[in-house]
Amino acid sequence: MRALLLGAWLRAGRGLPRAPGSGRRHREHRGHSGHSEHRPQAPLRQKVSVEVLQHLEHLALVDFRDAEGVERLQKAIQFADQLHEVNTDGVEPMDSVLEDRCLYLREDDVTEGNCTKELLENAREKVEEYFVAPPGNIPLPKLEEQETFLQGSQ
Amino acid sequence: MLRASLRQVSAALKEGRVAPTELCQRCLALIKSTKFLNAYITVAEETAMKQAEESEERYKRGQPLGILDGIPIAVKDNFNTVGIETTCASNMLKGYISPYNATVVQKLLDQGAVLLGKTNLDEFAMGSGSTDGVFGPVRNPWSYSKQYKEKSGPKSHPEDEESNWVITGGSSGGSAAAVAAFTCFAALGSDTGGSTRNPAAHCGVVGLKPTYGLISRHGLIPLVNSMDVPGILTRCVDDAAVLLGSLAGHDPKDSTTIQDDFMPFELLNLADVSKLSIGIPKEYHAPGLSSEILALWSKAADLFKNAGAKVVEVSLPHTPYSIVCYHVLCTAEVASNMARFDGLEYGHRSDMKDSTESLYAATRREGFNDVVRGRILSGNYFLLKQNYEKYFVKAQKVRRLIANDFVKVFRSGVDILLTPTTLRDAAPYTEFIQEDNRTRSAQDDILTQAANMAGLPAISVPTALSERGLPVGLQFIGRSFQEKQLLTVAKWFEKQVQFPLIQLEEVKRHDSDVFQHQKSASFS
Repeated sequence: MRALLLGAWLRAGRGLPRAPGSGRRHREHRGHSGHSEHRPQAPLRQKVSVEVLQHLEHLALVDFRDAEGVERLQKAIQFADQLHEVNTDGVEPMDSVLEDRCLYLREDDVTEGNCTKELLENAREKVEEYFVAPPGNIPLPKLEEQETFLQGSQ
Repeated sequence: MLRASLRQVSAALKEGRVAPTELCQRCLALIKSTKFLNAYITVAEETAMKQAEESEERYKRGQPLGILDGIPIAVKDNFNTVGIETTCASNMLKGYISPYNATVVQKLLDQGAVLLGKTNLDEFAMGSGSTDGVFGPVRNPWSYSKQYKEKSGPKSHPEDEESNWVITGGSSGGSAAAVAAFTCFAALGSDTGGSTRNPAAHCGVVGLKPTYGLISRHGLIPLVNSMDVPGILTRCVDDAAVLLGSLAGHDPKDSTTIQDDFMPFELLNLADVSKLSIGIPKEYHAPGLSSEILALWSKAADLFKNAGAKVVEVSLPHTPYSIVCYHVLCTAEVASNMARFDGLEYGHRSDMKDSTESLYAATRREGFNDVVRGRILSGNYFLLKQNYEKYFVKAQKVRRLIANDFVKVFRSGVDILLTPTTLRDAAPYTEFIQEDNRTRSAQDDILTQAANMAGLPAISVPTALSERGLPVGLQFIGRSFQEKQLLTVAKWFEKQVQFPLIQLEEVKRHDSDVFQHQKSASFS
């Protein structure tokens, strides 16, 4: 599905909490990016779909918060697209500048430990020697419900 | 005394002309009176005085631990320090007290250095202005210098001064400001895209980025594991060599440090420059480079030429893409590195109790600022299965091309590259914040970033004052692990240019009341 994302947010009235007047800002942005879309180097981009955005929020466990956040991503992608101008045929990807050397691997001997107290010191919630977490295996609520859901954390 | 170089003050300590406790006290007092610079997040008064007292005992017994014994230094707040808060200028780590010292911090302490405090930075070292941390922006000490004030026009009112102050550059702005304002003799920063060299150039101090793999990153809260290095900020090149000697070397706790033996060196005065070949990469004449800096760059090239060195124009054709490449690789690695902040083991924890996932989401929402969150989301986008080849792997390939550019140039006989460090002198804060963090980083990192891509050592040396009376630095990039050659050339250059000392005016009126008022004014 290739939704024109920002339009979907604002038209349907759903979506992440946003500052008032951001709709107006979006229109300005639209006009602006419309300009750059006509540049020969940057081909016309499809906006990122709603599904991808939701997926990203779930993967990152970080929210876009508002249309500005989404716009930021769009700009980042557009900026990164310049990479495609470079011819990298036959080039191997480089993981590390030290690729010609061997990493140091030490012997599998226990040399330190027994620091439970220090490690637990920085945790806010703990019980005996456990870090305490709320129940798991509960997926984050869907986007529509999220707006009200996350507001509880403020 | 506080204006002396590290080596000079170390000699004074050894000869008993000054005591470590007195030195420490003076530095702490100066930190207090320059509080408006906002260079320090945490000042560790008690522990610093204790360390100074211990150092004094050692000097009395005639057994100092080395050249760094008793020397006050500052450390950027993304290095873990025992007993001293490490925040990375973020809400996520406010109140976090590490159970261990970063290796570089431990090394400094083992040699008797006095740790004055942790310096301010951009949140999680993301930024090029030191303006985006939760503790507020860092002010460049040169904003209050006679040199800058004279050029801003006569009769400047206090209100004008308030709006005229310039940024330090970033992200190690606090460290650079601390050194430039004489509150410490050296400071640690970190350098991922230029974060040590950029503020060094803007604050008129020496900023050294060592070769990747030379200095341990253990305890440095990581941004981009394949490019981060601890950076060194000092007032002169000799001091940088001293710090390098104390910090470099294999660390079993950081497997990305090379295992070769490192021999600390003392810099000799270069008498004969004629055997040197200096490369001038033409792509570093980037759009936006101020004509002033261009002129200084040319002048520096002429300086070498007239001294007999071979100066050649070279080409690093993929330079314009290094920023884009960095953008992708950085956000990808950030997305991975920031995943550890979930509120369970350390750091901020939200009150959300409904589920683990919602706790993580809420904690991260509350703890990170827009810049960090933006990078995490972009990074995750580039790492999606459908984008992995297109963006992440592609960027890795471009990285190899960039690194190969340097290899080719150095293989052709060039010893050192000479480039500008920044596009212009430090901008006024009000002007700098007109553009967002990503745009600014893309603009400001352009000249420093490629050295991180290729893992090469680079150093920014203060060269001259701009027309506005602010420092401008030039950058030298050397071959991998050839810091000795790099620093020798940098030292020669430093001697030739004779960069002026900052003339800081009395700052009596900046007492804490006034500072409070200023703070509220700038956050309105």
